[in-house]
Amino acid sequence: MPKQRIAPILWLLFSAGGIVAALMIPVLLALFGVLFPLELVAPPDHAHLLAVIRHPLTRLVLFGTCVLALFHWAHRFKYTLYDGLQLKGLHTAINTFAYGGALLGSAVAAYLLLLLPA
Amino acid sequence: MARSITMQVARYRPDREAEPTMQSYDVPLRKDWAILDGLNHIKDELDGTLSYRWSCRMGICGSCGMTVNGEPKLTCATFLTDYAPGPVRVEPLRNFPVVRDLVVDIGDFMAKLSVVQPWIIRKDEETPDGEYLQTPAELEDYKQFSMCINCMLCYSACPIYGLNEHFLGPAAIALAQRYNLDSRDQGSADRMDALSASTGVWDCTYVGECSTACPKNVDPAGAIQRYKLTAATETLKSFLMPRGGR
Repeated sequence: MPKQRIAPILWLLFSAGGIVAALMIPVLLALFGVLFPLELVAPPDHAHLLAVIRHPLTRLVLFGTCVLALFHWAHRFKYTLYDGLQLKGLHTAINTFAYGGALLGSAVAAYLLLLLPA
Repeated sequence: MARSITMQVARYRPDREAEPTMQSYDVPLRKDWAILDGLNHIKDELDGTLSYRWSCRMGICGSCGMTVNGEPKLTCATFLTDYAPGPVRVEPLRNFPVVRDLVVDIGDFMAKLSVVQPWIIRKDEETPDGEYLQTPAELEDYKQFSMCINCMLCYSACPIYGLNEHFLGPAAIALAQRYNLDSRDQGSADRMDALSASTGVWDCTYVGECSTACPKNVDPAGAIQRYKLTAATETLKSFLMPRGGR
Protein backbone atom coordinates (compact mmCIF):
# COMPACT_ATOMS: atom_id res chain seq x y z
CA MET A 1 0.00 0.00 0.00
CA PRO A 2 1.45 3.37 -1.01
CA LYS A 3 2.66 5.47 1.89
CA GLN A 4 2.00 8.83 0.30
CA ARG A 5 -1.66 9.75 0.02
CA ILE A 6 -1.65 13.39 -1.01
CA ALA A 7 1.50 13.68 -3.14
CA PRO A 8 0.25 11.27 -5.83
CA ILE A 9 -3.07 13.11 -6.14
CA LEU A 10 -1.36 16.50 -6.42
CA TRP A 11 1.00 15.05 -8.99
CA LEU A 12 -1.89 13.62 -11.03
CA LEU A 13 -3.55 17.07 -11.03
CA PHE A 14 -0.20 18.66 -11.99
CA SER A 15 0.33 16.13 -14.73
CA ALA A 16 -3.17 16.40 -16.13
CA GLY A 17 -2.92 20.19 -15.92
CA GLY A 18 0.31 20.16 -17.91
CA ILE A 19 -1.22 18.09 -20.68
CA VAL A 20 -4.48 20.01 -20.84
CA ALA A 21 -2.73 23.38 -20.75
CA ALA A 22 -0.23 22.31 -23.41
CA LEU A 23 -3.01 21.09 -25.70
CA MET A 24 -5.71 23.73 -25.12
CA ILE A 25 -4.07 27.03 -24.29
CA PRO A 26 -1.81 27.41 -27.36
CA VAL A 27 -4.81 26.69 -29.59
CA LEU A 28 -7.03 29.19 -27.75
CA LEU A 29 -4.28 31.82 -27.73
CA ALA A 30 -3.49 31.31 -31.40
CA LEU A 31 -7.17 31.59 -32.33
CA PHE A 32 -8.31 34.41 -30.08
CA GLY A 33 -4.99 36.23 -29.70
CA VAL A 34 -3.60 36.13 -33.23
CA LEU A 35 -5.67 34.52 -35.97
CA PHE A 36 -9.08 36.11 -35.24
CA PRO A 37 -7.81 39.65 -34.41
CA LEU A 38 -5.63 39.73 -37.53
CA GLU A 39 -8.48 38.17 -39.50
CA LEU A 40 -6.18 35.48 -40.84
CA VAL A 41 -9.06 33.16 -40.05
CA ALA A 42 -12.60 34.45 -40.34
CA PRO A 43 -13.78 34.95 -36.74
CA PRO A 44 -17.13 33.47 -35.75
CA ASP A 45 -19.83 36.07 -35.24
CA HIS A 46 -20.82 37.04 -31.72
CA ALA A 47 -24.08 35.07 -31.64
CA HIS A 48 -22.28 31.93 -32.78
CA LEU A 49 -19.56 32.26 -30.17
CA LEU A 50 -22.10 32.96 -27.46
CA ALA A 51 -24.02 29.82 -28.39
CA VAL A 52 -20.81 27.79 -28.14
CA ILE A 53 -19.97 29.31 -24.75
CA ARG A 54 -23.51 28.70 -23.47
CA HIS A 55 -23.30 25.01 -24.20
CA PRO A 56 -22.82 23.10 -20.91
CA LEU A 57 -20.11 20.91 -22.43
CA THR A 58 -18.03 23.94 -23.45
CA ARG A 59 -18.35 25.34 -19.95
CA LEU A 60 -17.36 22.06 -18.40
CA VAL A 61 -14.28 21.76 -20.64
CA LEU A 62 -13.24 25.35 -19.91
CA PHE A 63 -13.80 24.79 -16.20
CA GLY A 64 -11.70 21.59 -16.29
CA THR A 65 -8.93 23.41 -18.18
CA CYS A 66 -8.90 26.25 -15.64
CA VAL A 67 -8.87 23.96 -12.60
CA LEU A 68 -6.19 21.62 -13.89
CA ALA A 69 -4.01 24.46 -15.18
CA LEU A 70 -4.27 26.17 -11.77
CA PHE A 71 -3.18 23.00 -9.96
CA HIS A 72 -0.37 22.61 -12.46
CA TRP A 73 0.75 26.12 -11.59
CA ALA A 74 0.44 25.46 -7.85
CA HIS A 75 2.68 22.39 -7.99
CA ARG A 76 5.32 24.03 -10.15
CA PHE A 77 5.30 27.25 -8.17
CA LYS A 78 5.67 25.29 -4.94
CA TYR A 79 8.78 23.51 -6.18
CA THR A 80 10.18 26.69 -7.68
CA LEU A 81 10.07 28.17 -4.19
CA TYR A 82 11.18 24.93 -2.49
CA ASP A 83 14.17 24.13 -4.66
CA GLY A 84 14.78 27.22 -6.78
CA LEU A 85 14.71 29.74 -3.96
CA GLN A 86 15.32 27.06 -1.31
CA LEU A 87 12.45 28.16 0.88
CA LYS A 88 11.40 24.66 1.90
CA GLY A 89 11.37 25.80 5.53
CA LEU A 90 8.27 27.86 4.71
CA HIS A 91 6.40 24.82 3.40
CA THR A 92 3.16 25.50 5.29
CA ALA A 93 2.86 29.04 3.96
CA ILE A 94 3.93 27.99 0.45
CA ASN A 95 1.48 25.09 0.29
CA THR A 96 -1.35 27.24 1.64
CA PHE A 97 -0.64 29.96 -0.91
CA ALA A 98 -0.13 27.64 -3.89
CA TYR A 99 -2.89 25.09 -3.40
CA GLY A 100 -5.16 27.57 -1.62
CA GLY A 101 -4.71 29.87 -4.60
CA ALA A 102 -5.56 27.03 -6.97
CA LEU A 103 -8.69 26.23 -4.96
CA LEU A 104 -9.72 29.87 -4.88
CA GLY A 105 -9.11 30.20 -8.61
CA SER A 106 -11.14 27.05 -9.17
CA ALA A 107 -14.00 28.51 -7.15
CA VAL A 108 -13.90 31.70 -9.23
CA ALA A 109 -13.84 29.60 -12.39
CA ALA A 110 -16.80 27.56 -11.15
CA TYR A 111 -18.73 30.74 -10.37
CA LEU A 112 -18.02 32.33 -13.75
CA LEU A 113 -18.42 29.24 -15.88
CA LEU A 114 -20.90 27.01 -14.12
CA LEU A 115 -23.04 29.08 -11.76
CA LEU A 116 -23.39 32.42 -13.52
CA PRO A 117 -26.39 32.39 -15.84
CA ALA A 118 -25.41 32.66 -19.47
CA MET B 1 47.62 21.30 -33.06
CA ALA B 2 49.31 22.12 -29.78
CA ARG B 3 51.36 19.24 -28.41
CA SER B 4 50.20 19.58 -24.82
CA ILE B 5 47.20 20.64 -22.78
CA THR B 6 46.97 21.89 -19.21
CA MET B 7 44.87 19.79 -16.87
CA GLN B 8 43.69 21.57 -13.74
CA VAL B 9 43.07 18.80 -11.26
CA ALA B 10 41.32 19.11 -7.92
CA ARG B 11 43.52 17.98 -5.05
CA TYR B 12 42.30 17.28 -1.57
CA ARG B 13 44.52 15.57 0.98
CA PRO B 14 42.58 15.69 4.24
CA ASP B 15 45.77 15.06 6.23
CA ARG B 16 47.42 18.15 4.69
CA GLU B 17 44.76 20.67 3.75
CA ALA B 18 41.36 21.77 4.99
CA GLU B 19 39.98 22.76 1.58
CA PRO B 20 40.39 21.28 -1.90
CA THR B 21 42.86 23.11 -4.15
CA MET B 22 43.53 23.02 -7.88
CA GLN B 23 46.84 21.82 -9.27
CA SER B 24 47.91 22.25 -12.91
CA TYR B 25 49.74 19.66 -14.97
CA ASP B 26 50.79 19.78 -18.62
CA VAL B 27 50.06 16.52 -20.37
CA PRO B 28 50.58 15.48 -24.01
CA LEU B 29 47.60 16.35 -26.19
CA ARG B 30 47.06 13.21 -28.20
CA LYS B 31 44.08 12.52 -30.42
CA ASP B 32 43.46 9.13 -28.82
CA TRP B 33 43.81 10.23 -25.20
CA ALA B 34 40.81 10.47 -22.94
CA ILE B 35 40.79 12.56 -19.75
CA LEU B 36 41.57 9.32 -17.92
CA ASP B 37 44.72 8.81 -20.03
CA GLY B 38 45.79 12.29 -19.01
CA LEU B 39 45.24 11.42 -15.33
CA ASN B 40 47.17 8.16 -15.78
CA HIS B 41 50.00 10.15 -17.37
CA ILE B 42 50.05 12.49 -14.37
CA LYS B 43 50.03 9.54 -11.97
CA ASP B 44 52.74 7.60 -13.82
CA GLU B 45 55.05 10.41 -14.93
CA LEU B 46 54.39 13.63 -13.03
CA ASP B 47 52.85 13.12 -9.61
CA GLY B 48 52.33 9.69 -8.09
CA THR B 49 50.35 11.11 -5.18
CA LEU B 50 47.21 11.80 -7.26
CA SER B 51 44.26 9.59 -6.28
CA TYR B 52 41.32 8.69 -8.54
CA ARG B 53 39.18 5.65 -9.36
CA TRP B 54 39.25 3.80 -12.63
CA SER B 55 39.16 0.26 -13.89
CA CYS B 56 38.00 -0.84 -17.31
CA ARG B 57 38.75 2.34 -19.36
CA MET B 58 36.00 1.34 -21.81
CA GLY B 59 32.77 2.74 -20.36
CA ILE B 60 31.53 -0.40 -18.66
CA CYS B 61 32.74 -0.42 -15.06
CA GLY B 62 31.35 2.98 -14.10
CA SER B 63 34.32 3.82 -11.85
CA CYS B 64 35.86 6.87 -13.51
CA GLY B 65 33.04 9.40 -13.28
CA MET B 66 34.33 12.91 -12.54
CA THR B 67 33.37 16.50 -13.14
CA VAL B 68 35.05 17.72 -16.32
CA ASN B 69 34.78 21.46 -16.97
CA GLY B 70 31.76 21.51 -14.69
CA GLU B 71 29.89 18.58 -16.24
CA PRO B 72 29.63 15.01 -14.96
CA LYS B 73 31.48 12.74 -17.39
CA LEU B 74 33.00 9.30 -17.66
CA THR B 75 36.64 10.31 -17.98
CA CYS B 76 37.45 7.24 -20.08
CA ALA B 77 34.91 8.32 -22.69
CA THR B 78 35.70 12.05 -22.72
CA PHE B 79 38.58 13.11 -24.95
CA LEU B 80 41.23 15.70 -24.23
CA THR B 81 41.08 17.07 -27.79
CA ASP B 82 37.47 18.12 -27.21
CA TYR B 83 38.78 20.59 -24.62
CA ALA B 84 41.75 21.90 -26.64
CA PRO B 85 43.44 24.31 -26.31
CA GLY B 86 42.51 23.95 -22.65
CA PRO B 87 42.93 24.18 -19.80
CA VAL B 88 40.58 21.36 -18.85
CA ARG B 89 39.34 21.25 -15.26
CA VAL B 90 38.91 17.88 -13.58
CA GLU B 91 37.09 17.72 -10.24
CA PRO B 92 35.45 14.97 -8.21
CA LEU B 93 31.79 14.06 -8.84
CA ARG B 94 29.54 16.68 -7.30
CA ASN B 95 26.95 15.90 -4.59
CA PHE B 96 29.21 13.30 -2.95
CA PRO B 97 31.62 13.74 -0.04
CA VAL B 98 35.24 13.78 -1.23
CA VAL B 99 37.54 11.20 0.33
CA ARG B 100 40.74 12.29 -1.36
CA ASP B 101 41.60 14.17 -4.58
CA LEU B 102 39.12 12.84 -7.17
CA VAL B 103 37.82 9.95 -5.06
CA VAL B 104 34.32 10.34 -3.63
CA ASP B 105 32.50 8.39 -0.95
CA ILE B 106 29.86 6.27 -2.73
CA GLY B 107 28.46 4.68 0.44
CA ASP B 108 25.15 6.54 0.17
CA PHE B 109 24.51 5.27 -3.35
CA MET B 110 25.47 1.70 -2.43
CA ALA B 111 22.98 1.76 0.46
CA LYS B 112 20.20 3.13 -1.78
CA LEU B 113 20.91 0.53 -4.42
CA SER B 114 20.17 -2.34 -2.05
CA VAL B 115 16.98 -0.63 -0.81
CA VAL B 116 15.30 -1.09 -4.22
CA GLN B 117 16.32 -4.77 -4.40
CA PRO B 118 17.74 -4.64 -7.93
CA TRP B 119 17.55 -8.35 -8.65
CA ILE B 120 14.89 -10.73 -9.90
CA ILE B 121 12.48 -11.62 -7.11
CA ARG B 122 10.37 -14.76 -7.50
CA LYS B 123 7.43 -15.67 -5.32
CA ASP B 124 7.22 -19.29 -6.42
CA GLU B 125 9.01 -21.77 -4.22
CA GLU B 126 10.59 -23.94 -6.86
CA THR B 127 13.05 -22.85 -9.50
CA PRO B 128 12.32 -24.09 -13.01
CA ASP B 129 14.45 -26.74 -14.69
CA GLY B 130 15.62 -24.36 -17.38
CA GLU B 131 15.62 -20.63 -17.91
CA TYR B 132 12.73 -18.25 -17.42
CA LEU B 133 11.71 -17.59 -21.01
CA GLN B 134 11.07 -14.12 -22.36
CA THR B 135 9.95 -12.72 -25.72
CA PRO B 136 11.94 -9.98 -27.50
CA ALA B 137 9.08 -7.56 -26.76
CA GLU B 138 9.29 -8.35 -23.05
CA LEU B 139 13.04 -7.81 -23.17
CA GLU B 140 12.51 -4.45 -24.87
CA ASP B 141 10.32 -3.29 -21.96
CA TYR B 142 13.23 -2.99 -19.56
CA LYS B 143 16.33 -3.26 -21.75
CA GLN B 144 17.36 0.41 -21.76
CA PHE B 145 17.27 0.53 -17.96
CA SER B 146 19.53 -2.53 -17.81
CA MET B 147 22.25 -0.48 -19.52
CA CYS B 148 22.94 1.41 -16.25
CA ILE B 149 26.53 0.91 -15.11
CA ASN B 150 26.11 2.53 -11.67
CA CYS B 151 28.53 5.34 -12.54
CA MET B 152 26.56 7.87 -10.46
CA LEU B 153 26.83 10.66 -13.04
CA CYS B 154 23.04 11.04 -12.70
CA TYR B 155 23.36 11.64 -8.95
CA SER B 156 26.06 14.17 -9.61
CA ALA B 157 23.84 15.93 -12.18
CA CYS B 158 20.65 15.83 -10.08
CA PRO B 159 19.97 19.18 -8.34
CA ILE B 160 17.38 17.53 -6.09
CA TYR B 161 19.91 15.01 -4.78
CA GLY B 162 22.27 17.94 -4.24
CA LEU B 163 19.69 19.60 -2.02
CA ASN B 164 18.30 16.51 -0.32
CA GLU B 165 20.58 13.57 0.33
CA HIS B 166 17.62 11.41 1.38
CA PHE B 167 16.25 11.35 -2.18
CA LEU B 168 16.48 7.79 -3.50
CA GLY B 169 17.88 9.20 -6.72
CA PRO B 170 17.80 8.54 -10.47
CA ALA B 171 19.85 5.36 -10.94
CA ALA B 172 18.30 3.46 -8.02
CA ILE B 173 14.80 4.21 -9.31
CA ALA B 174 15.76 3.37 -12.90
CA LEU B 175 17.22 0.07 -11.70
CA ALA B 176 14.09 -0.67 -9.68
CA GLN B 177 12.12 -0.15 -12.89
CA ARG B 178 14.57 -2.36 -14.76
CA TYR B 179 13.34 -5.23 -12.55
CA ASN B 180 9.72 -4.07 -12.14
CA LEU B 181 9.31 -4.11 -15.92
CA ASP B 182 11.01 -7.49 -16.33
CA SER B 183 8.43 -10.19 -17.13
CA ARG B 184 10.39 -12.70 -15.01
CA ASP B 185 10.23 -10.55 -11.89
CA GLN B 186 7.50 -10.73 -9.25
CA GLY B 187 8.92 -8.26 -6.75
CA SER B 188 7.30 -4.93 -7.69
CA ALA B 189 5.19 -4.95 -4.51
CA ASP B 190 8.37 -5.40 -2.45
CA ARG B 191 9.93 -2.34 -4.09
CA MET B 192 6.85 -0.18 -3.76
CA ASP B 193 7.45 1.04 -0.20
CA ALA B 194 10.85 2.51 -1.03
CA LEU B 195 9.79 3.89 -4.42
CA SER B 196 6.50 5.49 -3.38
CA ALA B 197 7.82 6.98 -0.15
CA SER B 198 8.22 10.76 -0.03
CA THR B 199 11.97 10.30 -0.55
CA GLY B 200 11.26 8.01 -3.52
CA VAL B 201 9.79 9.17 -6.81
CA TRP B 202 7.84 12.08 -5.27
CA ASP B 203 11.00 14.05 -4.49
CA CYS B 204 11.80 14.23 -8.21
CA THR B 205 10.65 17.43 -9.89
CA TYR B 206 11.58 16.25 -13.39
CA VAL B 207 14.53 18.51 -14.01
CA GLY B 208 15.80 15.84 -16.40
CA GLU B 209 19.52 16.44 -15.91
CA CYS B 210 19.98 12.75 -14.99
CA SER B 211 18.95 11.60 -18.44
CA THR B 212 21.12 14.28 -20.06
CA ALA B 213 24.16 13.19 -18.05
CA CYS B 214 23.77 9.43 -18.54
CA PRO B 215 26.67 8.12 -20.66
CA LYS B 216 24.74 4.93 -21.50
CA ASN B 217 21.58 6.66 -22.81
CA VAL B 218 19.43 5.38 -19.98
CA ASP B 219 16.47 7.63 -19.24
CA PRO B 220 16.16 7.69 -15.44
CA ALA B 221 13.87 10.73 -15.56
CA GLY B 222 11.50 8.74 -17.76
CA ALA B 223 11.67 5.78 -15.37
CA ILE B 224 10.75 8.04 -12.46
CA GLN B 225 7.80 9.62 -14.28
CA ARG B 226 6.53 6.19 -15.29
CA TYR B 227 6.72 5.02 -11.72
CA LYS B 228 4.90 8.14 -10.51
CA LEU B 229 1.98 7.07 -12.68
CA THR B 230 2.18 3.52 -11.26
CA ALA B 231 2.29 4.79 -7.68
CA ALA B 232 -0.49 7.32 -8.29
CA THR B 233 -2.67 4.59 -9.81
CA GLU B 234 -2.07 2.44 -6.74
CA THR B 235 -3.04 5.35 -4.50
CA LEU B 236 -6.28 5.87 -6.41
CA LYS B 237 -6.99 2.14 -6.12
CA SER B 238 -6.42 2.28 -2.37
CA PHE B 239 -8.90 5.17 -2.13
CA LEU B 240 -11.49 3.29 -4.14
CA MET B 241 -10.88 -0.07 -2.48
CA PRO B 242 -9.57 0.79 0.99
CA ARG B 243 -9.45 -2.81 2.09
CA GLY B 244 -9.02 -4.50 -1.27
CA GLY B 245 -6.03 -5.95 -3.02
CA ARG B 246 -3.92 -6.76 0.02
